[in-house]
Amino acid sequence: MKTNLRTDDLTCPSCIKKIESGIGKTKGVSDVSVRFNLNKVTVEHDDTVTGDELKSTIEKLGYPVKAVKTTA
Amino acid sequence: MALWFNKHLNKLMYTSGALLVIGLVFLVMGDSAIRDITFILAALVAIGPILQRAWSALTVRSFSIELLITIAVIGALIIQEYTEAGIVTFLFLFGAYLEKRTLAKTRNSIQSLLDMAPNVAKVILDGEIVEVDIDEVEVGETVVVQPGGKIPVDGKIVKGKAQINESAISGESVLQNKTLEDEVFSGSVIDTGYIELEATKIGEDTTFSKIIELVEEASERKSGTEKFLNRFAQYYTPAIVVLAVVVGFISQNVHLAITFLVIACPGALIIGAPVAYVAGIGNSAKKGVLVKGGDTVDRFAKIDTVILDKTGTLTEGRPSVTNISIYNDMTEEEILALSASLEQVSEHHLGRTIVKEAEDRKLKDTDVKVTDAETIKARGVSGIINEDTYYIGNKKLMDEQNITIPEAIINDYISEQKEGQTAMFITKNGEVIGLISIMDRIKEDALEAVNTLRERGAEKLVMLTGDNRYAAEKVAAILGLDEFHAELLPDEKMAYIENEQNNKRKVMMVGDGINDAPALALSDVGVAIGHGGTDIAMETADVVLMSDKLKKLAIGYTMSKSTFNIMMQNTGIALITVVLLLLGVVYGYIHLASGMLIHQASVLAVIMNAMRLMPMNRKDNEEEISVKEAAAS
Repeated sequence: MKTNLRTDDLTCPSCIKKIESGIGKTKGVSDVSVRFNLNKVTVEHDDTVTGDELKSTIEKLGYPVKAVKTTA
Repeated sequence: MALWFNKHLNKLMYTSGALLVIGLVFLVMGDSAIRDITFILAALVAIGPILQRAWSALTVRSFSIELLITIAVIGALIIQEYTEAGIVTFLFLFGAYLEKRTLAKTRNSIQSLLDMAPNVAKVILDGEIVEVDIDEVEVGETVVVQPGGKIPVDGKIVKGKAQINESAISGESVLQNKTLEDEVFSGSVIDTGYIELEATKIGEDTTFSKIIELVEEASERKSGTEKFLNRFAQYYTPAIVVLAVVVGFISQNVHLAITFLVIACPGALIIGAPVAYVAGIGNSAKKGVLVKGGDTVDRFAKIDTVILDKTGTLTEGRPSVTNISIYNDMTEEEILALSASLEQVSEHHLGRTIVKEAEDRKLKDTDVKVTDAETIKARGVSGIINEDTYYIGNKKLMDEQNITIPEAIINDYISEQKEGQTAMFITKNGEVIGLISIMDRIKEDALEAVNTLRERGAEKLVMLTGDNRYAAEKVAAILGLDEFHAELLPDEKMAYIENEQNNKRKVMMVGDGINDAPALALSDVGVAIGHGGTDIAMETADVVLMSDKLKKLAIGYTMSKSTFNIMMQNTGIALITVVLLLLGVVYGYIHLASGMLIHQASVLAVIMNAMRLMPMNRKDNEEEISVKEAAAS
């Protein structure tokens, strides 16, 4: 499964690392990429994780999430 | 906690700012106790989010600018520089706020492209029109698009016709007329008309999705300069902390050490290059030129040798009838109609060209009764109309049929061939009655594009083609190319490119992407002309032109040069600012607050500079040469 999350504007390059390692540690996540210039986080994961869980993880790291979309 | 800070960031900034103003009032009035308290409060209000970010970056072992600021502010509070502590924290938040606002603008160029993506589709299910989410459309389903509607998936028109704006795909806003059996692309908009289409590609397979994917990837692909700066920043920040401590020890001046921390922040250096690339790549994409990443921009900007394929690149790739000479009393229309009738049997592209020309001119009688119509392989066609025997074909056919050609006509034939035309004889009962010339026309904008490339710094323009020498010579002469090589095999093209590269030339190869794929991969920058985006072209090339207009090549080249220049300017601005600030500190001209102000100003300066790469006038997205000229100079 793949989830795309649109965050608030990312301004610091260190945000990338923070989100990548934060989400990467989540169980069930196989791949995560942060598109800094697009304020977009793409997560590859299995069905043990939901888009909402990913959203709350990113928000806990300090980045408000505007939209979540999960596709099979 | 992090989210709370993020939510209330602006409120904290305003509060801090208000406290600063109050503090300044008391400063003027001379009440030092209240002044100090308000400045301390201003610093404390604003330091929260900075501290939080510094900490969360540290948890992933990253040294952030926020960390430098936090240390500096705490230090300033300890040595009782309350005014400076208050001003620095406020300025940092305010700067970050402005940075976010302006950064969003440079990203707009890509965002607006993404916004063209359709969300919903109207599908016919059990005879009823149902609106569904774009992801629910299946291949083979019939999708309905009404005037003003966005085409949701790639497909083939099965009913209706429409004028379609394909600018999301090609960057061209000229309306396309499409009807039954024509292909349409997701992201295009129907201007007038109504169509029903059969979905052929959905979701991530659509041409538009692929473009988006490529642009998204491009916007994150780092150039060499960017990679260097990122590595640099990783060591730079901790190095500054160490250096500040050293400066503090040697000078025994804590204030100096703290000032040093603040002004050495690498803000403009980190943001300067990425903003330029994002603005440049995004704006190019909107004009129908996909440049795949910052590293491609750099290489594109340095190109000095341009190698162009002929057919389909410099020429339209569709041959057309350019001249008809007549040697009896028939009119041009009559000869053409007659030829078209005979060529109906032909499968050869020259024959099809004649038939198409007659159709385009709406000539009647193109289907007069032809008996014994027959194609003669690699020669031409023959047929009988009203007991007259006709042949249309090349010189070889004439020789074989023992047809004697008067010298005047032979001369016409030779001069046509030298013009780069393919000429064919038309004979009636053994006598030549006409000569019909066909040529692949040079693209309307080819000359303009070639000239622009030259103006912008391309030193050597070369055409390589597998086509015959006459045709090649003519095209090269008209466009004023420096060199041309004809009748080449694909591996000979590769050898030519390799040779140029060995001579230290930076080579760009422009081709249609399918048979030129190896040459595209070999050159420093491979440019594919992929209208509607053929998959192979889009994957192997570094740059993809989304329409067959050659003008796009010039736009891409100009844009890359401007982007590269802006990137260099930004890096320059950042470095000069840091050096000047350091000198200012060492010689005592610059203190904590003024240093912070200048530093933030430099961050905004590089972002504003990058914004010059964006279109000034949204309506006019074809020609922005003047804007780019400003940026290039």
